[in-house]
Amino acid sequence: MRYTYFPGCSNHSSSRDYEESTREVCAALGIELVELQDWNCCGSTAVMAVDPMAAMALSARNLALAAAGGSREMVVTCNSCFSTLRRAGQFYQSEPLTRDAVDRALGEVGLTLQKPVPVRHLLDVLLNDVGLDGIGARVSNPLVGLKVVPYYGCLVGRPKNDFDDRENPCSLERLLGTTGAVLLPFEHKARCCGGALMTTKTEVALELCRDILQEAVERGAEVMAVTCPMCHLNLDAYQGQINQRFGTKFNLPILYFTQILGLSFGLREKELGLTRAMYRRFDYARV
Amino acid sequence: MEVTEVLSERELDRGFSHQVQDLPGAGGLEKCIQCGTCSGSCQMSARMDYTPRRLIEMARVGMKREVLSSRAIWYCASCYSCTVRCPRGINITEVMSGLKSLAIKNEMCSRRDDGPAFYTSFYDVIKRYGRLHEGSVIAGFAWKTNPWRLWGMAPLGWKMFLSGNLEVLPEKIKKPAEISLLLEKLGGGVMKR
Repeated sequence: MRYTYFPGCSNHSSSRDYEESTREVCAALGIELVELQDWNCCGSTAVMAVDPMAAMALSARNLALAAAGGSREMVVTCNSCFSTLRRAGQFYQSEPLTRDAVDRALGEVGLTLQKPVPVRHLLDVLLNDVGLDGIGARVSNPLVGLKVVPYYGCLVGRPKNDFDDRENPCSLERLLGTTGAVLLPFEHKARCCGGALMTTKTEVALELCRDILQEAVERGAEVMAVTCPMCHLNLDAYQGQINQRFGTKFNLPILYFTQILGLSFGLREKELGLTRAMYRRFDYARV
Repeated sequence: MEVTEVLSERELDRGFSHQVQDLPGAGGLEKCIQCGTCSGSCQMSARMDYTPRRLIEMARVGMKREVLSSRAIWYCASCYSCTVRCPRGINITEVMSGLKSLAIKNEMCSRRDDGPAFYTSFYDVIKRYGRLHEGSVIAGFAWKTNPWRLWGMAPLGWKMFLSGNLEVLPEKIKKPAEISLLLEKLGGGVMKR
């Protein structure tokens, strides 16, 4: 299996652990990831808040580069890149005026779009292209009884994807169930962590993250599985600040779902970027 | 009790609703039935000065100044809960995002909010490098709001650096000129017809 891969800015900086575990897990499953040449930032939810058409331009360039490179499908790991790139492709196809403006601008730099390539989340690819049997066959180090809460955050499911429910997703449960881990029910699974509000409205975002961690701990979770670098940053790096602010004693490892899969494949901590955790490092030997 | 000023029709901007709806994905405001599902689904509405439902009605009737200078728009975290549940199929998150952009463009942002400084700092960095560089965004944000902020954020930056999660120097794309030309051609906030 071969896919065009859009790493997104975080996987080159604050979420190298996601990048490393993604590459390791995909290699183990025989998935070839070909990085999109000279990709640019998707703009996330920030650029669209300054200039919606500029946001279209950023995503359109990526989609056009993918098309020019003969890509059939583009895989992303970041929830925000996933939502932003898909949104642009969707507006390009459904709004004639937006499409004309984008086409004209792309023409100026010698690019064309026509038909945006499908953008897919790695979660979808692993679940539906590799499949549970394929994943299960690779599990050599079952994480028997490890208690995991699945946390999706917002943008992998909303506004829309083609593989899971928007309000009550279950892909993580199905996928990680193959590792022998116990997936706990989790009401906060698709609630918001605050995203960029962690910088602009810190108090509010800290509270949202506290609520998410609180339920996880009450459920008896030993690990939280996430699918997004932003959620990871807010829940891991800010965990100390949350404890300080609210007098809580959270000490919960936040892992990318790729890291959990990788552990069950018998891959090493270092290969999966587990040593990069900012608050609580996960040590499977000690669970 | 909250006192609401009565506006006369002359104070309304009739074209405002169109300005909003011309933005990508932000159309269909006329379909709103004011049911309040958006406000009920919003994790932030309790903190907003106007709930999403009110904002939509205010935008529809042309209360441009009140809408664009509201604090509510900067509380929207773009979680799309409202969009998913709107029974009329309005993409409310895109409307909120569009309102933020119009507030910045019209220089009507609430002075008490840090949102505009953050989003514009982010945009400036992308314009320059084509990719995000967290350090530069935070520096720009602190510069525009309160430089002492850097002091408060230093421990996090240090933690990120030690754990190998901080890119010290910005990563640039190979063709940054392509980005600036694209942004120049397409940018400007409102669709070019």
